[in-house]
Amino acid sequence: MGTDFLQYVISGITIGAIYAMVAIGYNIIYSVTEIINFAQGEFVMLGGLFAVFFAGTLHLPLYLAFICAVAVAGCLGLAMDRFIIGRARESSVLSLIIITIAVSILLKGSAMLAWGKDPYSLPAFSSGGPIMVAGAAIQPQALWITGICALVVIGLTLFFRKSVYGQAMLACANNPQAARLVGIPVRYMVFLSFILSAAIGAAAGVIITPVSMMEYERGALLGLKGFGAAAFGGLGQFFGALVAGLILGLAESFCAGYLSSGYKDAVALVLLLMVLFLKPEGLFGNREAARLKKF
Amino acid sequence: MSGTGYQPGEPILKVNGLWMKFGGVTALRDVCYEMPEKIIQAVIGPNGAGKTTLFNCISGMLGPSEGSIIFLGHAIEGIVPHRIARAGIARTFQHVALFKKMTVLENVMMGRHPRTGSGMFAAGLRLPGMRSEEKLIRSKALEYLEFAGLAGCARVESGTLPIGKQKILEIARALATEPRLILLDEPAGGLNMKETEDLGELIQGIKKLGVTVMLVEHDMNLIMDISDRVLVLHYGEVLASGTPAEIKENSAVIEAYLGAENDN
Amino acid sequence: MGRRNWAIMLGAAAFIGAFPWLVMPFKAVSHYVDVMVFAGIFSLVCIGLSLLMGYAGQISLAQAAFFGIGAYTSGILTSKLGVNPWIAMCAGTAVCAAVAWLVGVPALRLKGHYLAMATLGFGVIVNIIFAEEVNWTGGPSGMADIPYLRFFGRKITSELAWYYLVWGIVFLVLIFCFHVIHSRVGRALRAIHEDERAAESVGVPTASFKVKVFMLSAVLASIAGSLYTHYVTCLNPSSFNLMWSIRFMLMVMVGGMQSLWGALVGTVLMTFVGNEWLQVFAELEILAYGAILLVVALFLPGGIVSLGSLRRKKHASALEGAGT
Repeated sequence: MGTDFLQYVISGITIGAIYAMVAIGYNIIYSVTEIINFAQGEFVMLGGLFAVFFAGTLHLPLYLAFICAVAVAGCLGLAMDRFIIGRARESSVLSLIIITIAVSILLKGSAMLAWGKDPYSLPAFSSGGPIMVAGAAIQPQALWITGICALVVIGLTLFFRKSVYGQAMLACANNPQAARLVGIPVRYMVFLSFILSAAIGAAAGVIITPVSMMEYERGALLGLKGFGAAAFGGLGQFFGALVAGLILGLAESFCAGYLSSGYKDAVALVLLLMVLFLKPEGLFGNREAARLKKF
Repeated sequence: MSGTGYQPGEPILKVNGLWMKFGGVTALRDVCYEMPEKIIQAVIGPNGAGKTTLFNCISGMLGPSEGSIIFLGHAIEGIVPHRIARAGIARTFQHVALFKKMTVLENVMMGRHPRTGSGMFAAGLRLPGMRSEEKLIRSKALEYLEFAGLAGCARVESGTLPIGKQKILEIARALATEPRLILLDEPAGGLNMKETEDLGELIQGIKKLGVTVMLVEHDMNLIMDISDRVLVLHYGEVLASGTPAEIKENSAVIEAYLGAENDN
Repeated sequence: MGRRNWAIMLGAAAFIGAFPWLVMPFKAVSHYVDVMVFAGIFSLVCIGLSLLMGYAGQISLAQAAFFGIGAYTSGILTSKLGVNPWIAMCAGTAVCAAVAWLVGVPALRLKGHYLAMATLGFGVIVNIIFAEEVNWTGGPSGMADIPYLRFFGRKITSELAWYYLVWGIVFLVLIFCFHVIHSRVGRALRAIHEDERAAESVGVPTASFKVKVFMLSAVLASIAGSLYTHYVTCLNPSSFNLMWSIRFMLMVMVGGMQSLWGALVGTVLMTFVGNEWLQVFAELEILAYGAILLVVALFLPGGIVSLGSLRRKKHASALEGAGT
């Protein structure tokens, strides 16, 4: 019983870290543009599959495959904004939603053409057996996942709090007109947000692939759960996304362990609905500020 | 809506100890005011004095932090806007809020909404009651368009009207709800002199219909010409109130306005 | 509903009425009648979605879920409990209306992105339930042997009978919805789309109107689901997944959101694209949908039906530009 519990906690934290990273992807674009990118989940899927391509097909070393996959996804994110979203910036919210959904289907369809419908796997980042803690097994990959997630969260928090670029990006969201007046190149900040967001999503995709494999249609659900974490933590809140991601991961893991594995995917979604219905500004969001925003 | 009955002659609107706070900012500070019926009441004050916030509280767009608003003997603070419209308060917006893709006539027909009641099934099945109601909506709406002098452009898409006519149309739409009190938020904003004059006449016409008018306005000439009473807000507080002549002479008001100008 | 719409309606009815007789003699296209039955069924969903999205301006990615709830309610009641199919259909609409109310009241307080995500999440949950409740729904492998519809004791089996039944219902629903649009209720819905604050200020209870139109769209989807069940006589959760919600949205977008005719045209066209013309390139189907959706959203937001009026609009705006 105790061991089971510990084991569920470990797998919950591992998957929760992934959700947190997906959520952070949403947060970055949202912070800068107030757009919710429905294609976010597809970048996770693409990250995993591109890593498979670079490591499995081109036989690059794993760390290089990781970097290449993240870079490719970043470029795709840039292209998405440059060629598609950028053209529609004046559109209604409804059109923007539909456009990002269209992009997500395009990415999914392309992935299906390129990789087919089979799931792919990657070798773990470091070899060696699981580490035993109080009877529960921790896969080394789980440590990689939590570690990389922690790095991303800390790095981004510092970036947005301390660096000039980060501050400039946030200024674009608060008031693009004013940001332009004080000389911030708003357009580049938006590019940057799409690149960063896609890259972080892809990184999440690469590190999860050794654990749970990756196939073309995983994107939508990962994206939706990631959005659940983002909304739960309060849109735009990086720390909130981390906490919420972990909570979702744990809830899902416990549900799979103790209740029903079939319904484990529904747990995160039910939580998402409850948050949206009862506290749409999220755990760490500000209600006053949320009322002014476009949702 | 609870409260005592309303006798004619009593103030139509009583605002009591009204506070409105947004986070750390206090937009209204203990505003108390009683407004007689069937007059033109102007609300003036420098930018940020809380005029629009007061309108938003009265029309239900904002729930005040504290205090009460009594309309026709009923407490209405914190009640949702559509109920307040039904209760007899109509409003216009500082930035014109028409249904731009609908025709001029349809906009005014929208104003009939709180006075009609056919639902989705009555409409879908074209029940006789609904058909006669629809005819009535149309003829009433035309009457209000006529009153506002817009009957000529009934079939035009309202977003294509010049701004002056849009402002008048918004007033016509508000009037079509058959209000007892109508709130006009800067109706003369963006109008030229001739249009402002016509607006003044229209507002006096509204008063003759027996509707109480409350307006926020920056055009002092218009206010001095048409209003019966003036309420001056300053930093969310009532600074003075009285007839236009009294307000002109009020030293506190003069100081506030001059002070505000010096700040600029 | 205006003389112009009645004229289009008559023309459309004449075409739909004659269609089977035009294609049946030719072997290569005689199965188009079957495709059109599906198009009619999907039209019901899309007419509802058009009211919700095009008129009231509220996005929903849950239409496939309501379609599925209707379908499974009919399927389960008729095949497992032996209920009369027509009664089961009514039960399905009642269930859908209730679910739509439960979800709609909290969800429609949200706007834009959040509403889209909430309906998306709800849709996925419903789909998981279809797949997991194996005892009732047969789970991922589906459920079969659903009885046929009966009309005065006679089984409806022929394609032609189905065709006229389905399209008869479509036209009744279409007339109902046109009447709704050209009424106090329809104006209020459009007002909500344009400016919710202003709509409130003239006394429109926006929240309750949004829930009502959401319920109407759910009920229409449910009727469509029940018809679908009895037509194909077997059900599988994959017919009601997220991709289908997106397809319904695509159908409405392609035809044109701001018009019920658009929903109809888009549905028929996209049903032929999906069931017929893209079958050859099954692998490309998702890609094609994405591309079409993107092109329409970016370059033709008014859909196909706006093509005709586009020229007029351009002319008008040129005049306007000259005036100012």
